[in-house]
Amino acid sequence: MERKIRVLVAKPGLDSHDRGAKVVARALRDAGMEVIYTGLRQTPDQIAEAALQEDVDVVGISILSGAHRVLVPRIVERLRELGLSDVLVVVGGIIPPDDVPFLLERGVAAVFGPGSSTADIVAFIEEHVQKVRA
Amino acid sequence: MAPNRNALATELVSGVLAGDRRLCARAISLIENNAPEAREIVSALYPHTGQAMVVGVTGSPGVGKSTLVEAMTLEWRRRGRTVGIVAVDPTSPFTGGAILGDRIRMQRTSGDVGVFIRSMAARGHLGGLAAATEEAVAVLDAAGFQVVIVETVGAGQSEVEVMNVARTTVVVLAPGLGDDVQAAKAGILEIGDVFVVNKADRPGAKETAVQLENMLELGGAMARHGRVRLSAQDLIHHAGLEQETEVVESEDIGWQPPVLQTTAFDGGGVPEVVAAIERHHEYLQAHGVGAMREFERAAARVRELLAAILAAKAQEKSAQAGQWDSLIARVARRELDPFSAATLVAQALSV
Repeated sequence: MERKIRVLVAKPGLDSHDRGAKVVARALRDAGMEVIYTGLRQTPDQIAEAALQEDVDVVGISILSGAHRVLVPRIVERLRELGLSDVLVVVGGIIPPDDVPFLLERGVAAVFGPGSSTADIVAFIEEHVQKVRA
Repeated sequence: MAPNRNALATELVSGVLAGDRRLCARAISLIENNAPEAREIVSALYPHTGQAMVVGVTGSPGVGKSTLVEAMTLEWRRRGRTVGIVAVDPTSPFTGGAILGDRIRMQRTSGDVGVFIRSMAARGHLGGLAAATEEAVAVLDAAGFQVVIVETVGAGQSEVEVMNVARTTVVVLAPGLGDDVQAAKAGILEIGDVFVVNKADRPGAKETAVQLENMLELGGAMARHGRVRLSAQDLIHHAGLEQETEVVESEDIGWQPPVLQTTAFDGGGVPEVVAAIERHHEYLQAHGVGAMREFERAAARVRELLAAILAAKAQEKSAQAGQWDSLIARVARRELDPFSAATLVAQALSV
């Protein structure tokens, strides 16, 4: 039985720029994962609902606008309400280092800022999904 | 069968039948991954399927399939119907990964609980769909979605498998294809029940529609209806329909596929497409053509699975007899042709 890692790459809020999200999506694809990209300007509810319908293992949130302190916890909360607490949540984009502990406390598994290597992101996801499935 | 496996399958089946969205999603994943519970789930759901209007949408990459699917979904929602969508995208043949981007064009439906979208990677399956597409459709059908739309990968001329899954197949084109329309006359142009020329605000849309109409009159449509006519008696007999279905004479049995123009991004012409699909659905029911197609479809599906089961069995027996590896090696060395090798393997079945 073959089981692919399914990842939702989501862009919440008002960003109008998704180059970073697309680069990550491409890297995850090249690592053999199935990546569902939502497109721009999604609400937390829409992202959580898409994660539910697509039955993903991972939600990758890309956010550049500075609204991460509001939007990210809301997505995590909504995932929990929908019974998706075992879904791994990772965040990428422009996150000031001071905000990283805040996000980690609220259920984010990792934050990948500018300069992160896609290989690290792939390795992190692979390792953690294995753990959840085991 | 292990009791806990039963428990999971039972939970998922009753969840799907109750329309639980999370459990629908889980059931599709298990089926897609060919999990041990998959077959049990599919078997249990099967008697509850066949209620949904299953619509296939196919066409070349970039003609606007996803945008049209979204526009059709919005129109059906206005008509009070719930809609499930299975959108298939290609898998990379090199890495096995996939980027599934159909949701990008379906944002206006997200947040509506009457809509369920599932993206599927083809996972190496050819024909325009994924191996588990039909079963994913069955899950959404059993969950009570009134319309289930299947969007194929960007399809060219031979990705015609969607017609075996959908009851009504919509073939989407865009203007500017010109000679390509000619080139495409076999294959997907033969499987359309409804044709849509999208991007109708662009130059050449009307010409494309006219070309298409001319071609349908000349070739594809007649061939298709000829096929239905020729096999009608046979199938009505096999499907045991004599009692309840009046055999309709050839004039009435034909369906002339309409050619419609849309601008899917703003919904222009889309109500007409939805109306045409519903008309086709009624046509299928009214003339027993639907029952005939169901019979054809059931036969095709059983044949396909039979081939897979027999092939696996033959290979297994041949391997047990110590024959498999040496046969394959001989084929690789060009000492034996593949057809003869396959025939020898098949003989292992009768031993």
